[in-house]
Amino acid sequence: MTKGKIVGLEGSFAVAEAVRMANVDVISAYPITPQTHIVERLAEMIADGELDAEFICVESEHSAMSACVGASAAGARVFTCSASQGLELMHEVLYIPSSMRLPVVAVTANRALSAPLSVWCDHSDAMAIRDIGWIQIFAENNQQAFDLTVCAYRIAEDKEVLFPAMVHIDGFYLSHVIEGVMLPDEEEVAHFIPDYEHPFVLDPEDPVSMGCYGPPFIYPEAKKAQEVDFTNTKPKIQETWDEFGETFGRYYSPVEKYKMEDANIALLTMGSSGETAMLAVDEMREEGRDVGLIRLRLWRPFPFKEFRDAVKDVELLVVLDRAISFGMGGPVCSEVKSALYDKRKDLSIVGFIGGLGGRDIPIDGFKYMVNRALEKVKMIERGEEIETEMIGIRE
Amino acid sequence: MMEICIYGRGGQGGVTLAELVAHAAIREGKYVQSMPSFGPERRGAPVLAFLRVNETERIKIRTEIAEPDVLVVLDPGLLHVGDVISRLKKEGIAVINTKKSPEEMKSDLEGVTKIAVVDAMSIAREILGLPIVNTTMIGALIKAVGLVKLESLEQPMNERFGKVAAKNIEAMRRAYEETVVR
Amino acid sequence: MSSEKKGWKDIEIGCVVTEPGSAASYKTGDWRSERPVRDNTKCIKCGICYIYCPDAAINEDEEGYFEADLYYCKGCGVCAHECPRGVITMVEEEEEEGEK
Repeated sequence: MTKGKIVGLEGSFAVAEAVRMANVDVISAYPITPQTHIVERLAEMIADGELDAEFICVESEHSAMSACVGASAAGARVFTCSASQGLELMHEVLYIPSSMRLPVVAVTANRALSAPLSVWCDHSDAMAIRDIGWIQIFAENNQQAFDLTVCAYRIAEDKEVLFPAMVHIDGFYLSHVIEGVMLPDEEEVAHFIPDYEHPFVLDPEDPVSMGCYGPPFIYPEAKKAQEVDFTNTKPKIQETWDEFGETFGRYYSPVEKYKMEDANIALLTMGSSGETAMLAVDEMREEGRDVGLIRLRLWRPFPFKEFRDAVKDVELLVVLDRAISFGMGGPVCSEVKSALYDKRKDLSIVGFIGGLGGRDIPIDGFKYMVNRALEKVKMIERGEEIETEMIGIRE
Repeated sequence: MMEICIYGRGGQGGVTLAELVAHAAIREGKYVQSMPSFGPERRGAPVLAFLRVNETERIKIRTEIAEPDVLVVLDPGLLHVGDVISRLKKEGIAVINTKKSPEEMKSDLEGVTKIAVVDAMSIAREILGLPIVNTTMIGALIKAVGLVKLESLEQPMNERFGKVAAKNIEAMRRAYEETVVR
Repeated sequence: MSSEKKGWKDIEIGCVVTEPGSAASYKTGDWRSERPVRDNTKCIKCGICYIYCPDAAINEDEEGYFEADLYYCKGCGVCAHECPRGVITMVEEEEEEGEK
């Protein structure tokens, strides 16, 4: 077992500790609630000499990611973080590291999008970037915020991966909440994330051209290569998490199960609501109901196989989305359905949208979803049209 | 698990109070969760901070505390602002910074059965020379419900306040002595 | 530029181009419909054509005269327009065939 100590840290500081221990070379970020404390803490670490890195001050998130792209292309280990509108302003540039295969690591403190203006948590920002080719990982608590950020460097920089990775921590629910976090020995972390060398860096002694013009004769081949390589990162992600588990004693997987052994009904969540949902499952189990919980730890690349395995014995899957795809329902539910299309005709899937803009989902909220889903299954059997229900909305 | 709400005004240090007690409890090997009421902070506006402490297991719930076991009130002027006091559990305790006696306070607050009072403002003015009562009220909280040892606060306060830590610790200890629980 | 078309497995990671300066192999001369033809008897070797050429496709020879490199010259005619002595005439490619 690893050496280390339990320290009270808010999620933002847990991320900053991970970035410090990863010994990054360059940080460029622009503050935005609820991500601000990450940037502040890192700036403080650099000012106090706790971290030897270049902090590039920029005037926007667009420039922050641009600076990270340049630094990463030069071979630096980099970090940035954002949220909500800031991530959206960064959106255009997010495509560059994923297609140029630069292992930029970022953290998003998930937050709703305007309007009305909301600084509070939901997953709208995370969902808006799902098609860009970033590895997207969702943390459930502050320990995971630390662990998964450490792992993100190892994953992104693996020679068989070389894709940017984003760790999603729910804004406020993790970013601003203090809880005990086991900080491992720094040398062990340094050993876990060794120095890396990108096969192609910007080097005047050995010049290459990056981000070139891609006419129709080459663009589709470039995208095919990107898609195949991106999908093939999945075994490496699991391998890294396994090795992290062996070293530090905490294990992660793309689809994590709770009380699923004999469950006929499964709840599915992402992010910080996972643990509250566990309490709902505990209560329903005490009531003698066969309910379990699935948490998607890895959102991109989507873990099809692990997900199908997790629900193989389930009759009803209840999906919580913390975002809306307007005119389509919940994005997670849509994708889960597509992952099971033609595979499981006997499985009912009922989606709910909740927790938008920081609205709490209490334990009873999860129990409501399960009960309501059972009613909806009956409605579906009667041939009625079912719409995605938004929970806790006042009439 | 004990659930505590700290009711104060933006800038009075309610969030810091929750954080300091959280760090103390972690030092004692307890499980904690300390959180501000999420959102923008505005000086002077009524604001809640939350603290959960569990002796034996990880805290999984991640919602605001709807019905606290303990309500710490930093500013007596807030007792009649909003309906925070009505959220207190039936058997819960209100820990209040006030010059009033526990009996007077009880008659003011209908439905509150357990109460702890201390004139934290006078203590803070005398010892710190400032009308900031958050660290003083930690003493009252510990007297009222235990939760952590007074000594466990020393390290977190030293880390947080540096050379003014000693006075804050003194104010906390004084409040611990002077708090009356009924 | 190489005319070989790579399959997706042959592309370098991130579609990086590992051959530096490969733009030099791109034959922009193919874009030309008119070419500059010079009458060096009028030329005063001032170098205005050399300076104005937007593609840096004009080179100076050993005697100090200037000549367009037809591998790159796009036939824009800026040199002919700017020449103070009327040395350069733009001539349809078709009339000059056989000289490529």
